[in-house]
Amino acid sequence: MAHQKDNYAAPLKHAKGLGSAHEGVDHWMKQKITALANIPLIIWLIWSIVSLKGASYDQFTGWLAQPINAILMILLVISVMIHAKLGAQVIVEDYISSKPIRTIKLIAHKILFFGMAVAMIFCILKIAFTAGV
Amino acid sequence: MSKIQEKVQRPLSPHLQVYKLPLTALMSISHRVTGAALSIGTILVTAFFIAAASGEAEYNFVMGLATSTLGTIILFLWSFALYFHMCNGIRHMFWDIGKNFDKAGANRSNYYVIAGALALTALTWIAACGCFHSL
Repeated sequence: MAHQKDNYAAPLKHAKGLGSAHEGVDHWMKQKITALANIPLIIWLIWSIVSLKGASYDQFTGWLAQPINAILMILLVISVMIHAKLGAQVIVEDYISSKPIRTIKLIAHKILFFGMAVAMIFCILKIAFTAGV
Repeated sequence: MSKIQEKVQRPLSPHLQVYKLPLTALMSISHRVTGAALSIGTILVTAFFIAAASGEAEYNFVMGLATSTLGTIILFLWSFALYFHMCNGIRHMFWDIGKNFDKAGANRSNYYVIAGALALTALTWIAACGCFHSL
């Protein structure tokens, strides 16, 4: 066992494979998976916005109340907000060198993106469940 | 060995400003700028959903804003930023599997990304203007 002679790192380090950033490929993977999911969802969203142009309140809520539209919209919100949170995190990590300010910004971002995602999902569900009632 | 070592004066890497920014670098920073802009744009999307869930008057108010001149300009820029970020993101996926991951390939694919983003934006707005219905 060469690694036991050469250094103090336990084999667990290699088994976990998290590297020096302590999170392995987790961030990168989530960024890529949400990016892939975003492609069809965003195309669907833009197509929907174009078809809903000038829609009245009843037309819009009626459209969002259809299960397929509500489900796709909630999936879109989840995927986009995770993607946005991860992207914003990298920008903060790159440009904010002060550790305390960086930490505060990262926490603020998490709260902001999570809060907006919850708000949007609640609004979608409320419209979906109450449209035409 | 107790002598305090003097701070080594290492050369600093040249600042960004000394480089001519090639198109690949401009595309790279544009990816980040559009990503940041789109993240900020989610605040407006959230505001739209909250308004729509609040009632008909609130929905009509935000739809009035969205269809105003300023709203239309924002929507146009939003659509282009979205398509640019998407096309360049797809290029990143090709880079991840090693495709076009050399200088010539990166330079060439710059134009695919720009052309793709412009074409999709144009197509979307032609569709939004109802020009397909008159065909």
